[in-house]
Amino acid sequence: MTPEMKGFLLLSIIKLVGVFTIIMIGVALLTLMERKVSAWMQNRHGPNRVGWAGLLQPAADGVKNILKEETYPAEANRRLFLVAPALSFIPALLLSAVIPFAAPLPLDFDVTLPLLGRFVWHGPVPMVVADVPVGFLFVIAVSSLGVYGIALAGWASNSKYALLGGLRAAAQMISYEVAMGMSLIPVLLMSGNVRLGEIVARQQTGSPLTWYVLPLFLSFFIFLVAGFAETNRLPFDLPEAESELIAGYHTEYSAMKFSFFFIAEYANVVTVCCMVTTLFFGGWDIPFTDWDRSGGLLPTLTTWLVFSLKVLFWIFVVMWIRWTLPRFRYDQLMALGWKVMMPLALTYIMVVAVALYLVERVAGLTNPVVVSLALFGVNLVLAVLVFGLLDSGMFIRGSAQRALERRAQRAGVVG
Amino acid sequence: MKRPERQVSYVRATLKGMALTFKHMLEKKVTMQYPEQKSTDRDHGMGAYHLSPRWRGTHRMLTDEQGRSKCVACGLCPQICPANCIKLVPGEDEQGNRYPLIYEIDEFRCIFCGYCQEVCPEEAIHVGLHFENSEYTRGRFVYDLERLSAQAHPVSTLWDPSDPKGE
Repeated sequence: MTPEMKGFLLLSIIKLVGVFTIIMIGVALLTLMERKVSAWMQNRHGPNRVGWAGLLQPAADGVKNILKEETYPAEANRRLFLVAPALSFIPALLLSAVIPFAAPLPLDFDVTLPLLGRFVWHGPVPMVVADVPVGFLFVIAVSSLGVYGIALAGWASNSKYALLGGLRAAAQMISYEVAMGMSLIPVLLMSGNVRLGEIVARQQTGSPLTWYVLPLFLSFFIFLVAGFAETNRLPFDLPEAESELIAGYHTEYSAMKFSFFFIAEYANVVTVCCMVTTLFFGGWDIPFTDWDRSGGLLPTLTTWLVFSLKVLFWIFVVMWIRWTLPRFRYDQLMALGWKVMMPLALTYIMVVAVALYLVERVAGLTNPVVVSLALFGVNLVLAVLVFGLLDSGMFIRGSAQRALERRAQRAGVVG
Repeated sequence: MKRPERQVSYVRATLKGMALTFKHMLEKKVTMQYPEQKSTDRDHGMGAYHLSPRWRGTHRMLTDEQGRSKCVACGLCPQICPANCIKLVPGEDEQGNRYPLIYEIDEFRCIFCGYCQEVCPEEAIHVGLHFENSEYTRGRFVYDLERLSAQAHPVSTLWDPSDPKGE
């Protein structure tokens, strides 16, 4: 192995350990944040007994879960039952590997360590564990693997509730996977690249107006909604649906195996929020300045902080929505996925493609801010239309309401 | 079930709901911090959590000026007690005054109906504004006369028929 390869390996291992640690601690703290946010929204204090302001609550929960009894349901498929938590846990963590979380750090070293030999690195270190060229395609591919864990957990538990939860998860994820993938094609059209680092770079023009949330607002909206469905969070938490299915796919799980599903859910939330930030909110970009791209330790740390803050904001929004909206009914969920999100995403690809062609080729505009604003104008018109239609409830209103309307119509005809 | 019959808004209702939950985040918390604040405390600035004066909790035996219990061992309270949790063995001294030799209340069996206080002609036994009576053994839940007399918490006013709403 050449010293350069060893240097790369060393840096990758350091980044790997760092990201893994931050994600695991972050997920633990997110469980606390969820409880705190829910408490505040209900005029309560939330956990505040363990440690200062309840900060050690996740540790207490962890200890409790490790010490709890592992139960196995009778006639369960033991092997799959054991594998399922890991299957949902691994893809959730895997995704954090491809997300660029800070500005590249220029680094030069040439050291010789005892036993290990010589390590060499020259040039900027991309602040991402694996800078894969397939970028968000990898995210879409791996995030859909999570459903195997959930479906298998439901099937292996030998319980009707778990099975129903697993089936719902599978159907829901497949439905929203399509819309999610489609909603990212406009991003590809805008950036001309699927590499996440490149997408972030394309959004950095010193002005937040070029963040893709403006020119691709509907993409952002579809991605966010599909993200909720992908992470099985309210208002799309039908796989768990405690009022109908006890706890859905993890009804039969106890102790640490249950925790694994929990960690996977929160890791997925983090990933979706990271993706929203990276794709639509400029990633680690600090608006109104070019200093963040100047290179050096300080910009790297600051951009990392800014990225974390943006992600944290979106995590808060996810929790905010969870504690506000009621759960969708299953037919409404499916109707929204197939009748609204997917056609919308498909239409949107065409609209963005045409608009981009007109703006960049026909009108010949090259200034990214102008292009962004022109597309935003198109989005504004579309958004008014889409939200108007959604607001009218034409697609997601319940069957009971449709029946009522029919009855009212008939009464009108008779009377 | 009554369902909305006319036009239902979805997006506007969602935004309205989110504004509402956010508003609640900034509001004052209403939780009582129990071990530090108690509903039996006289003054913690949270009047809403005061126990009602009618609250029927741990029993208390009142005593006279000489420190003797007011009980005359008439036997009415064990008679009326629906849970049969009062044990009374009457005694009599040289002057012919009756007093309880044994007076025990099993707080485990007690249903805290307050009949004992209501029936007592001497206003001796009372239920009180007190609710923290955990113990490490079951035997400790049987309160004897000495322990009942040693209780110091305020006593219940019970329900007053002339003032049914407590005004």
